[in-house]
Amino acid sequence: MAATRKPKPNVGRSIPRVEDERLIKGIATYVDDIRMPGMLHAVVLRSPYAHARIKGIDVSAAKALAGVADVLVGSDVNAHCGVVPGGGDMPDLKQPTHHVLAGKRAYFVGHAVAVVLADDRYIARDAMDLIEVDYDPLDVVADPVKALEKGSPLTHPELKTNVAFTWKHGDGDIVEAFNEADHVIKQRIVHQRLTPMAIEPRGCVASYHAGDENMTLWTSTQIPHLIRTLLPGMIGVPENKLRIVAPEVGGAFGSKLNLYAEEALCCHLAKRMGVPVKWIESRRENAATTIHGRDQLGDYEVAVKNDGTVLAIKATTIADIGSYMQLNTHAIPTLTGFMLSGCYKLKAVRMDLTAVYTHKMATDAYRGAGRPEATYTIERLMDIIACELGLDPVKVRLKNFPKPSEFPFNTACGLTYDSGNYQGSLKKAQQLAKWSQLLKQRDEARANGKLFGIGLSTYVEICALGPSAMMAIGGWEWGCVRIEFSGEVTVLTGVTPHGQGQETSFAQIVSDRLGVPMKDIAVQSGDTAISHYGRDTYGSRATALGGSAIVMSIDKIIAKAKKLVAHLLKVSAKKVTYEPGRFFVPGTDKAITWKELAVEAYVAKNLPKNFEPGLEASSFFEPENCTYPFGAHIVAVEIDRVTGEVEIVKYVAVDDCGPQINPLLVEGQVQGGIAHSLGQALFEQTVYDEYGQLLTGEFMDYAIARAKDIPEYIMGSTYTPSPSNPLGIKGCGEAGTIGATPALANAVVDALSPLGVRHVDLPLTPETVWKAIQQHTAQPVVA
Amino acid sequence: MKIQVSITVNGTVHQEEIEPRTLLAHFLRENCKLTGTHVGCETSICGACTVLLNGETVKSCAILAVQANGAEITTIEGVADGDKLHPVQEGFWKCHGLQCGYCTPGMILSTVQLLKRNARPTREEIAHGLEGNLCRCTGYSHIIDAVDYAAKKMAKTK
Repeated sequence: MAATRKPKPNVGRSIPRVEDERLIKGIATYVDDIRMPGMLHAVVLRSPYAHARIKGIDVSAAKALAGVADVLVGSDVNAHCGVVPGGGDMPDLKQPTHHVLAGKRAYFVGHAVAVVLADDRYIARDAMDLIEVDYDPLDVVADPVKALEKGSPLTHPELKTNVAFTWKHGDGDIVEAFNEADHVIKQRIVHQRLTPMAIEPRGCVASYHAGDENMTLWTSTQIPHLIRTLLPGMIGVPENKLRIVAPEVGGAFGSKLNLYAEEALCCHLAKRMGVPVKWIESRRENAATTIHGRDQLGDYEVAVKNDGTVLAIKATTIADIGSYMQLNTHAIPTLTGFMLSGCYKLKAVRMDLTAVYTHKMATDAYRGAGRPEATYTIERLMDIIACELGLDPVKVRLKNFPKPSEFPFNTACGLTYDSGNYQGSLKKAQQLAKWSQLLKQRDEARANGKLFGIGLSTYVEICALGPSAMMAIGGWEWGCVRIEFSGEVTVLTGVTPHGQGQETSFAQIVSDRLGVPMKDIAVQSGDTAISHYGRDTYGSRATALGGSAIVMSIDKIIAKAKKLVAHLLKVSAKKVTYEPGRFFVPGTDKAITWKELAVEAYVAKNLPKNFEPGLEASSFFEPENCTYPFGAHIVAVEIDRVTGEVEIVKYVAVDDCGPQINPLLVEGQVQGGIAHSLGQALFEQTVYDEYGQLLTGEFMDYAIARAKDIPEYIMGSTYTPSPSNPLGIKGCGEAGTIGATPALANAVVDALSPLGVRHVDLPLTPETVWKAIQQHTAQPVVA
Repeated sequence: MKIQVSITVNGTVHQEEIEPRTLLAHFLRENCKLTGTHVGCETSICGACTVLLNGETVKSCAILAVQANGAEITTIEGVADGDKLHPVQEGFWKCHGLQCGYCTPGMILSTVQLLKRNARPTREEIAHGLEGNLCRCTGYSHIIDAVDYAAKKMAKTK
């Protein structure tokens, strides 16, 4: 009998990433590293005004500069570049036509007005400074509340309204639920505007071959496949002649989940000029013209019983979407509506949403994308309920959780949560936080006159987006596995990792199932000429859906291989057993490895009848449902009474993303997510003034977390598998960003609660916190 | 007007005629074809472009190549000893101190200098030492682990 080898499984182990070697050596290729013969550099001139009539543009001096190939304005290029997609299919949507360059008006600071093409970027920038634009500044709408007032200036006068769309959502009898309530608690919450600020700005290189009419676009994006679906109609290159490549991408966080004007423009320019064209965004452009996140203003009402039973939530929300709708702009505040009930058993939910145009950059998907707003809302409200009714915030949550046995659980927002154990993750977080000790620490600190607070957030998010029925252009995912002639394995995936590490985690999955060492597995992605189909990376979908498509493909190859093995070993297929690495006939010494089999499959001289040569399978995985990761975060803070500075004393994160392929990578995703959340809670805010001028256009003015801002984490996990995919994976990319903000905010408000503070809007900068302290402690000044 | 410069990069002398306004980062990327040095902000804040100039870290987007005339520059491509990774590179790899990798070259070079000045820094000192380098992916905790790993490894091999 053949000896059975049981190699140590790779799945579940914290294996350092295979993609790292090229990154730590500085030999990876990002878009700005691509150089092509004859390539021109494009620089975009942008409007300094939030709203202005463009009376004229004089490009003659710019064109005359040595080294400048051309200078083009809207009337030169817009007819060739289609319309930037956005808006989805929202009912009653009113939408301006979004051209790649401004026409007669500019509608936000940073609106592209002209493009310069030159031999190098220094010359292009010199030429940009020589363009004379005659602007006539017009009235600006920068405040979404004022934008809804009668007589407000209009963002797009031709629409005759600043309302882009309205949306009503919810389930259950809201009137009855509020009639049943002992208390109705009201709170207005501001979800400030945020800037994603990936360290690599956007950029692209377009190259057109006139002979075969093929266009290749290298672009710093999360979604090469979606771009290949959306771009052909804009630039007049058919889909089957269009190749999109996402090379190494230096961070995205939702900000590169879009089809941007510059991508279509560069394709057109490459075709027009007959040479490759490169455009690389500057940091100022990135802050002003790459999508922003959040920016909702919500008035919330909660119906509650005396015992803390939460019956219903009503939300009246204004979403400030900026001046144009980008690809997912409409889907962000609506996703908030779908997750508003959080991890609680509510009887009814109602959301009335008004999306408003203002003279600002578009909002769209930024890490969490609609879900952080929902979680922050419901988790702040749970604490406000506890505070107003004199209840324990832990008990209020436990009272309203569904039991683990109640899953799949239908929510009042119309979703079906796949699986969950909210009590379990909360309990684990409390254990790790040493809860009763922490409460004692708070009592002692307060007795010593300190402002010490504990905050909690129990969150659930919607991930692995998603069934095609709920996605605009498909929610499935594609994968292909090929056992090569050599026995090495090539894995093609339709997801587009840009830091998440699927080159490693997918190799771990494949290695275990095929019994092939990880070093012999190459995972390729991000190039539509290699990974033919895909729906890419966003919404914490890549491992759950992309991994499932790979597993399906492996199963197909094994089934096919069994037939070949039976033929070669001259037994019936039923007698062939597979274990990772080899096929064998139990009770005999007949066995064959993948390597041996691959040679037979490709040499193809001894195949069964009607057997297709080769060992390759591809699959589209269509999920039946989304996944719903969850967890509990606990934070303790101490506030400096004199400066208002918040110090994080303790941070505990317990996240349940189902089974973990690589715990080290999960930890990295969660910690990275928390850093975004910490920024939102404590210092990040995109600020426009009343004239629509962007005041946070640099890292100097827009504070993202630095190393010294980060607390020491205490991390834990629970492992509840999802029934939505064969791997049971729920996703972890946005967990930290969704779970952490409310925990931090709740901790700060708890610290201030002895002063009578009930709510403070984010970000909780020292100034904001100091003001809250002053407002609640200041004695009247006696003259 | 162009100016002749002679800059030694990772041990190789580069003699080039450049415009005086050429940023060191662009000189390294365009003239020396060393694209491991990344540009993230062009205002010296993000630190992705950090290199060593005569052994001291500089943000190469905020100095002119002419200011480096005659100097020795070390970029990320010159950190390893041939095929042997520098302990700092190894630490970033082992501890998952990077995700997208864009800030990583700058982080690694800042760490090299940090450990030269303080061979066994506390976690707090590491965080302080990396204040000039922004990372939007990792949340820094694994980066601090990576620096700590490198410090220990370098102490052992001394």
